[in-house]
Amino acid sequence: MRAKTKIRDFHQARWNEPIIFDLSTPGERGILLPEIEPEVEASAGGALDELPGDLKRSNPPGLPEMAQMRVLKHYLRLSQENLGADLNVDIGQGTCTMKYSPKINEQFAASPQLSGLHPAQNEDTVQGTLEIMYQLEQFLKAISGMDRFSLQPGGGSHAILAIVSMIRAWVDDRGLSDTKDEIITTIFSHPSNCAVARTKGFKVINIYPDPKTGRPDLEAFKEAVSERTAALLITNPEDTGIYNENIKEFTDLVHAHGGLCSYDQANANGIMGITRAANAKFDFCFFNIHKTFSSPHGCGGPGCGGVGVKEHLIPYLPVPLTSFDEANNRYYLDYDVPKTIGKIKDYYGVIPAIIRAYAWIRSLGAEGLLEAARVAVLNNNYILNRIRAMKGAEAPYAEGEHRIEQVRYSFQPLKEETGCGFDEVQRRICDFMCHLWSSHEPFVVPEPFTIEPTESYSREEIDEYLAALEKIIEEAYTNPDVLKTAPHNSSIHHIAEHEYLDDPKLWAVTWRMYNNRFEGYFEPKKEQQ
Amino acid sequence: MAKKFIHPYIPNSVPEVQQEMLQEIGVENIDEFFKCIPDEQKVQGKLDLPDPLLSEAALKRHVEGILARNQPAGNMINFLGGGCWDHHVPAVCDEIAARSEFLTAYAGEPYEDHGRFQALFEYASMMAELLDVEVVNIPTYDGSQAAAPALSMACRITGRTEVLVAVSTAPDRLSVIKSYLYPDIKVNLFDYDSDTGLADLDDLSARLSDQTAAVYFENPAYLGYFETRGRKISALAHEQGALSVVWTDPASLGVLNPPRAYGADLTCGEIQPLGIHMFMGGGRAGFIGAPDDERYIKEYPSRLFGIAPTTHREWGFGDAAWERTSFASRETSKEFVGTASALWGITAGVYLALMGPEGMRELGENCIKRTRYALNKMAGLPGVKAPAIGTHFFKEFVVNFDGCGKTVAHINAELLSRGIMGGQDLSQVYPDMGQSALYSLTEKRSREDIDCLVNELEKILSA
Repeated sequence: MRAKTKIRDFHQARWNEPIIFDLSTPGERGILLPEIEPEVEASAGGALDELPGDLKRSNPPGLPEMAQMRVLKHYLRLSQENLGADLNVDIGQGTCTMKYSPKINEQFAASPQLSGLHPAQNEDTVQGTLEIMYQLEQFLKAISGMDRFSLQPGGGSHAILAIVSMIRAWVDDRGLSDTKDEIITTIFSHPSNCAVARTKGFKVINIYPDPKTGRPDLEAFKEAVSERTAALLITNPEDTGIYNENIKEFTDLVHAHGGLCSYDQANANGIMGITRAANAKFDFCFFNIHKTFSSPHGCGGPGCGGVGVKEHLIPYLPVPLTSFDEANNRYYLDYDVPKTIGKIKDYYGVIPAIIRAYAWIRSLGAEGLLEAARVAVLNNNYILNRIRAMKGAEAPYAEGEHRIEQVRYSFQPLKEETGCGFDEVQRRICDFMCHLWSSHEPFVVPEPFTIEPTESYSREEIDEYLAALEKIIEEAYTNPDVLKTAPHNSSIHHIAEHEYLDDPKLWAVTWRMYNNRFEGYFEPKKEQQ
Repeated sequence: MAKKFIHPYIPNSVPEVQQEMLQEIGVENIDEFFKCIPDEQKVQGKLDLPDPLLSEAALKRHVEGILARNQPAGNMINFLGGGCWDHHVPAVCDEIAARSEFLTAYAGEPYEDHGRFQALFEYASMMAELLDVEVVNIPTYDGSQAAAPALSMACRITGRTEVLVAVSTAPDRLSVIKSYLYPDIKVNLFDYDSDTGLADLDDLSARLSDQTAAVYFENPAYLGYFETRGRKISALAHEQGALSVVWTDPASLGVLNPPRAYGADLTCGEIQPLGIHMFMGGGRAGFIGAPDDERYIKEYPSRLFGIAPTTHREWGFGDAAWERTSFASRETSKEFVGTASALWGITAGVYLALMGPEGMRELGENCIKRTRYALNKMAGLPGVKAPAIGTHFFKEFVVNFDGCGKTVAHINAELLSRGIMGGQDLSQVYPDMGQSALYSLTEKRSREDIDCLVNELEKILSA
């Protein structure tokens, strides 16, 4: 750590904001609507009363009644109790740390020239947006080596749905429904790969990592592949950040058995301009446009998934695609996709994310994308080097090797030596304005945490994060109670009783449900006792 | 040697910093990190991308130049709807949706991201009041991606694998439903009366069986009219042990009964009307509402945020019934879940809080009366049939121009040249309806707007 790195004396906003219904004052108004003009009333005044009996609402909805400034304050206070990536050091959100979302791109996304467009407008009146969609597709083709993209999916998991739906259609189209009924994935690939595969009627085989190298076990994979293999859905590098250099052996083997290969590139941050899906012979790939090409995550969406395919799978893509009519110098929505899986989402895609990604790529170019990948990987190995030296933490697999964009670490030694593991560290790091994510289940790596710095964070910020980690580890050995009772400086304190979230008799997912079960502060309602 | 690429978005591009970092790691250069990638998999040369627009000024000029080619409906007198509607977006919705804290957050824990958990719990709670249900999910990708999983849930709840969907369903939504439910769930359609638009109850009864998991219909229907016999449809479904699944427009529920009042077991829909801009159909999120019944809750694929106590008696929140999600249970989960549309859930919550019960009532009244006013005016135009289908309407109705001898495409081109976006052309998707268009009226369409439309139509049709 360099001399100037300090542990920040931080306290998050703590507003103790009531649940919004408790802010209601009967009669207050947050916004007024247009008055009905006398001519409209005269002609159409009876329209509401004439509705048949069942249709008209008898009791008004129990919404809060609040003046406008009260609504604004409530939500501004809640926003302050939220640490967006613009404020914190979010590098503990490994596998999907968000990079910086430039503010100029927000201006484009919020422009009335974009927000005011209706999807059924004549194509001649939306040429600007169609051009951006078309050009972004060309960029993604260059970055991946694939032949065509759909930008329709609303996120990475949704992109997986599009891909597995195409695999399903391709299998059925070839009359192989009964024989090709298995999909192979790896335990370190995103859980949506296997969950979607099952949803589309496939059996799922999970490949575990080789305990030494961390790569998907090649021998187990060879055993799993057969004529029944419809497809391989795989990430590379996986959540461990270890690049599987045998990847082409995987894709070759699946192809030799007549299956398809899909590259989960939700996070392509470490390999942009370095390697491409097509180079490892994948048939499909997808990007989380919001992740790799910079669109803010919005607390969990809207995102955007860009699905790429090789030539032979273009006929299965969702409709419409965006095409260009050179003769008339005109972009258009192209429904001529003969074996399309249909639509997987309304309309054409998450347009605000699409324009941000377009602007981001235009602002960096090929050299900038490559530099983003190189710096993301430099940052990651800088962190790896430091965490490897930390007592209580370890980086399982591939000892001594460099990693690509992220690393899955373990607090297993810390847990064994202090009784404090991931859960305690996660709660404590909030007190230092940082975030640490829990990693995908199952926890193949015990007490896991995943760190991915991206290219967006400066060395100073990375050092600050690492200093916080070191401080917390030291506390675990010297004063573990500080961890066990954490957080102390966050917006709220420890939620220790998880049965309120897991027990059907106690859980309440809306305020109405809460009031049916409890009164006051979680006191069971009398009549239920 | 070319100048080192140092971009404002990439702080550690500074060569001295990189050198120090490399030294600390103990490697010579960044290329060493990529030695694990076989050469034949590496990109040869530079990616084929346009030269960068390095200055913010150049980027702004370039992108705004492209956007200038758009002619937004939002700047015109707009009558396009059909699933994406031109409602007013309150300024406070834009303010909150653009807050860095919400906009740039992702998956923080219930502590440092307390705000989003509470805001989304409150969104679900306000939606529950509007829908008169106890359970509402964190938003799905869109309304269609709420309808399809709702039907999938109904299949698991009933243990059946066949659903009956109204033929009047929005065409794109039907495409999503079919695509999503394939191959495990069979989608059959039941017919409607082409004059009234109402469900053909005889056809529905004939198709219903003890194999049917759910009957699905939309109210208001895609073509604008109300299905007035919801209670009967739900009762027919229930007689066969099937669930009633109803898609509804939340903007209508200040004045209209929520589907549960006429027997819906699951309610689903799209929240774009609740404070979200149109974005050419790119600003969307879906909801699924259900009763407080463990059988239903356990079948949700989406996240549900529950309320929980903290050690210091604050309101805490977290994921409820986590084990059913694909995050927890991979291929043994209920479908799948991932990043969807949380920001629009927060935004819709802001909208409902601003509107309150009176605002939602006035919104419904505005839509219904303005629609009726437009209908009355357009019905008086020679050769125009309005409404072409249905009896009672919320904010849309179909107009048929066959009697005018002009195509909708021609009429709309003429209207466009006068600053008016005419109704959505249905002639391709509904060829049986001839030259018909779906006209949509929100609270934004004033009497003057409507009179202007009718005056211009009169000129165009008589030309």
